[in-house]
Amino acid sequence: MSKNNKLQLIVDGIVKNNPTFVLVLGMCPTLGTTTSAINGLGMGLATTIVLILSNITISAIAKIIPDKVRIPCYIVVIASFVTIVQLLLQAYVPVLYESLGIFLPLIVVNCIILGRAEAFASKNPVGDSALDGIGIGLGFTIALTAVGLVREILGSGSAFGWKFVAGDGMLAFVLAPGAFIVLAYLMVIFRKLTKQA
Amino acid sequence: MEIILIFVSAIFVNNVVLSQFLGICPFLGVSKKVGTAVGMTAAVTFVIAIATLVTYLLQKFVLVPLELEFLQTVSFILVIASLVQMVEIIIKKISPSLYQALGIFLPLITTNCVVLGVAIQVVSNKYDFGFAAGARMLGLGEALLFAIATAIGYGLALILFAGIREQLELSNVPKAFKGVPIALLTAGIMALAFMGFSGLV
Repeated sequence: MSKNNKLQLIVDGIVKNNPTFVLVLGMCPTLGTTTSAINGLGMGLATTIVLILSNITISAIAKIIPDKVRIPCYIVVIASFVTIVQLLLQAYVPVLYESLGIFLPLIVVNCIILGRAEAFASKNPVGDSALDGIGIGLGFTIALTAVGLVREILGSGSAFGWKFVAGDGMLAFVLAPGAFIVLAYLMVIFRKLTKQA
Repeated sequence: MEIILIFVSAIFVNNVVLSQFLGICPFLGVSKKVGTAVGMTAAVTFVIAIATLVTYLLQKFVLVPLELEFLQTVSFILVIASLVQMVEIIIKKISPSLYQALGIFLPLITTNCVVLGVAIQVVSNKYDFGFAAGARMLGLGEALLFAIATAIGYGLALILFAGIREQLELSNVPKAFKGVPIALLTAGIMALAFMGFSGLV
């Protein structure tokens, strides 16, 4: 693959195959962890790290895994990396670990990761799989940060923790309904911008 | 009294879909018809109950005594994946008609995060489920009740949502909103309505 194509792999993950806005995968963490821009960014990066590592590992061992047991094998690989990320976050960023809560172990059942393992990593060489992981992971991170930022601005009148409105914002946007509504409108804007609608 | 508390809290106040955001993928994916939503609910309830029972025992009698709690994620997902497979085989043998009815939903449940989510929640000491006594690990009976109540809450949201979406198919939606965005907006309004329950427990 030429250098141009390699770059294309990453750009595709962010725009054409954006996991949140186009493929509509991994909705649970997208809605559940984006109460602020920082939380969205943290969840996005944690998922990206797991995605890159699992893509690399799975593409390296895909040939020796029997076809019938491949899904359980993939899940074990993914679950191991999730546990590693979980322990690292607990040790070094305990605040983020607390605020992501149950969604951290639930990265295991994030369909983006298993989906990329099955659709891309198991059929492509290690280098390309790593790039695919970076692209899709960045697309997911950007989407989560965007949802988190909008919810934080509307809901608490701050951006990345920097408060520019005194007092509370529109609390509904930090609570559950805001997540659905903000994601819906961002998805529409993304469709308009990329001329998909 | 506590039993009623668990049920009301898990079904209405902390609805698993509309306030905890678990199991959104099947929520958006299989909610186009009320019939499929009912089938999915049945399958999920079944698997959640068995999975919670097994993972609870695993945590209490294997992982905690051996101080292997860090293996929780790996072992739970393995248990759930093999359980789903086993349940599928058993149902196929015992009741082919039920197997036909559940169809594709059974294998899909492995990646439904409600199952893993509930399994992790009931063994963690962080959740107080609205009890006055404060946070503690649930007993086996309470854990099972919580699991079943969660599944009922999941079913309630799923079936209500499917009913609305059947109507939505017939209405004129702006082009950019077609499909997922309008479904998300609908879910957002349902979540607003469910917020009304928040003072109950």
